[in-house]
Parts: sequence; C-alpha cells; structure tokens
Amino acid sequence: MRITQGTFSFLPELTDEEISLQIDYALRQGWACSVEYTDDPHPRNTYWEMWGMPMFDLHDAAGVLQEVKACRAARPQHYIKINAFDSVRGFETMRLSFIVNRPDDEPGFRLTRQDGVGRVQRYGLSGYAGDRPSGERYVSGR
Amino acid sequence: MNCAQVPNVDLAALYRDSGIGDVLAELDRDLVGLVPVKTRIREVAAHLLVERARASLGLAGGAPTLHMCFSGNPGTGKTTVALRMAEVLHRLGYIRRNHLVSVTRDDLVGQYIGHTAPKTREVLKRAMGGVLFIDEAYYLYRPENERDYGQEAIEILLQTMENQRDDLVVILAGYAARMEVFFESNPGFRSRIAHHITFPDYDDAELLDIAERMLATMHYRFDADSRRAFADYLALRTRQPNFANARSVRNALDRSRLRQANRLFATAMRGGAAIDAAALTLIAAADIRGSRVFAEPLAASDEAPVSSHATRAVPAPPG
Repeated sequence: MRITQGTFSFLPELTDEEISLQIDYALRQGWACSVEYTDDPHPRNTYWEMWGMPMFDLHDAAGVLQEVKACRAARPQHYIKINAFDSVRGFETMRLSFIVNRPDDEPGFRLTRQDGVGRVQRYGLSGYAGDRPSGERYVSGR
Repeated sequence: MNCAQVPNVDLAALYRDSGIGDVLAELDRDLVGLVPVKTRIREVAAHLLVERARASLGLAGGAPTLHMCFSGNPGTGKTTVALRMAEVLHRLGYIRRNHLVSVTRDDLVGQYIGHTAPKTREVLKRAMGGVLFIDEAYYLYRPENERDYGQEAIEILLQTMENQRDDLVVILAGYAARMEVFFESNPGFRSRIAHHITFPDYDDAELLDIAERMLATMHYRFDADSRRAFADYLALRTRQPNFANARSVRNALDRSRLRQANRLFATAMRGGAAIDAAALTLIAAADIRGSRVFAEPLAASDEAPVSSHATRAVPAPPG
C-alpha cells in the first residue's frame, strides 16, 4: 500500500529535476529546506529523524538536492521527505513537505480494534513493518 | 528544429541573441585597463557561445571548467572584477543564478575538530548555482601548523570543485607572490583551476582615469590645475613603498576631500561669500598639493601650502 503523506503524494514519483524545481520554488518564497527520514511512517509520527541541520540562506536547489542524494545513499529503504519552513511571523511553520524517497516494498497498515468498557470499540492503525525493530523494517523486500 | 536539413548554426545570431556583446561592452566601459582580464573574459564568452552552438548540433563537449584564480598586487581590482564575474557568467548562461558568496578563511575553517567540514559544506551549499569567491585564499593553508584545519577545508573544496562543476564556480583571489606559495603546497588546487588571471599594475594614465571616475561617482570633479596636480601626485606616490594602486588613489581622494572641506570651511569662517554647487564639487589643486607626499621628498620645514588652518591635525615633519 502506497503511503500518501504530504504534498504530491498522489502523483507519480517526482524525478530529481522535478524535485529541484519544487525546492527552487520554496527557496524563492524564502522558505528554508530541511531533509528528514524515518522507517516508521505512521500518520501520527510527526517527528522524523533530521538529516543534518535545516539549510538556511540557500539560493539554489543544488545544495538541498545534494543532501537528499546523500541521505538516499545512506538510507535507501527509508522514507525521506523535504520540508520547507516559513519563518515569517504568523506562519512560523512548514509550508511544504513532500516525500522524495520510499522503500521498494510498502506493506501498509492494519486496522486494530480494541474492546473498551461497555463493548466500546477503539480503533487504531499499526504498520505491518512497524513490528520489527527500527532499522530492519523495510529491508526484507530486497 | 532543423534536424532534416543540413545542420548548421549561425554563430553571429547566437551572439546577438545572447546579449554577450552588451556584457563585454559594459565591462570595457566600467573597468579601466586590465587588458589581460578582459581578454580572458572575452575568450571565456566566446568559448561558452561555441559550446552552446556545438551542443545544439549534438556535439556535447561537457561544460568547461571555469574555476579561476585572480592574482595581482593590492588594489588592482581583483575583488571588483570577481563581483562582476557572477553577473557576467550568469548572463553568459553558465551559472544559474546571479549571486556571489564572498568568504574568507574565517567562514570556511572551524575552531575545533569536526567543526570545519560542516562549516565548509554549508558555505558551499549557500554558493551553489552561483560563484564562491574566496578572498585572500592563501590564508586557508598555514604551513607552519601541520594540524591546521585549513587543510580539511581545502580537501572538501577540491572535491566539490571537481564533482559539482555544473553547480559552482570558485574564484580564488590573493596577492601574486603568496598565491604562488599556496599553489606550490597544494598542487591539486593549481591543476583544478583552469584560469589563472594575473592583474597587472595600472600605469599613471590609467590611475588618473580611475581617479576621475571615482570622483564622478562621488559627485566631485577636477579642473585642469588639479588634474595636473594629481598627475604630479601619482608620479611621486607610485615611487613610494606600499603603493596599492586604485586603493591608494581612493585614499588620496578621500584625504583631498577632507582638505577641500577644511578649505571651504575656513573660507566661510573668514566671512567668505556663500558657496555654490560648483565650489562644493571642485577638488582644487591646493587640496591635492596639500598632501604629505609633496612635502616629504623636499624634507623642508615648511608646511604643505594649504594648511594654514590653526587646528591642523597632522603636525609638520620635524626638520
């Protein structure tokens, strides 16, 4: 099951040229880009691992793309995303975030049901890959 | 698309469309002298144009390496040209962005182990797509300290210069003699830089031309007398030690402006008439001949001609 999180996630995978055009757009808006990765793509997992510091004062996409490539080389079977942060007062938040790398095999999520007091049903999601320890979650598909 | 026809390219049309002529003409107009520099820029422009023509016929030759080294005496315009270079290369279509990141050793080299690499990488990332200008590049390498972190910065720099030639143009600048030492101890650097451009010293006529241009931008002017006085000044000053070409000219002009202000003020205090724009913009011969350069070779006791004002800051040389 293909995970759809962030901008462009219903589109086909972006090529590197398309990614750099998007980064260029973010830089033109004055947003600072950063690269993050995870192997726990649960929708409620807001905090992915940072790949280096957020990059401020860039003018060109080449610098960000360089970090994306380095991250892909180090974590080929992880989810990697680019965040663009707007520091303008009033926003001070992510304005754009999109996935630029995903594992070859995405098993998806299972709906879990829990009986509560008085037969109340509580629902949750858990990733099939999430049962394995961190770092081994998406390697089996290779 | 003229794939079916005999493929040919109209270089002249390409030249017209690219606007390179304007760039070169502007350079000629704005910079005095510097013939070798202009020649090299013209060569680079022609090369880029031909490369574009070849690419349109499918004769890819790979992007040329444009890393440069500017060496020359103080005040010969290295920094000025580097600042223009980003614009020139951008208009020639070689770099994607018209921006220049100017750094010195402090911006690249860290203060403790593990600090240098991220710092250098960050600077390189900031410069991507444009020009990275490293002023006084020889400070990167400190031969007297073998544990100096500069070496690490140099290695990262070299690696990026080699691998990301499309993304970045690196320009090193520094005084000729010290750059020579720098390259001798870093042979990798010399070979990775395709263009070594030497900035010649200006001759007296060029310096006078520079002086007039500087004055024009500051809304001052010479008259015939003061132009002659400044030519005399240059003739004396160029023979003195520590002459720094255009920078010395700028300093001399700044001091002349001080003397001019002092003269106008003294005249007004003595109850002179109200002054007009012409008087305010004129650097008089006396303002220039007030310089110590004229006083020193004589070694005479008399003060410089103009400075009759009682509160003169610089005391006359004893003797």
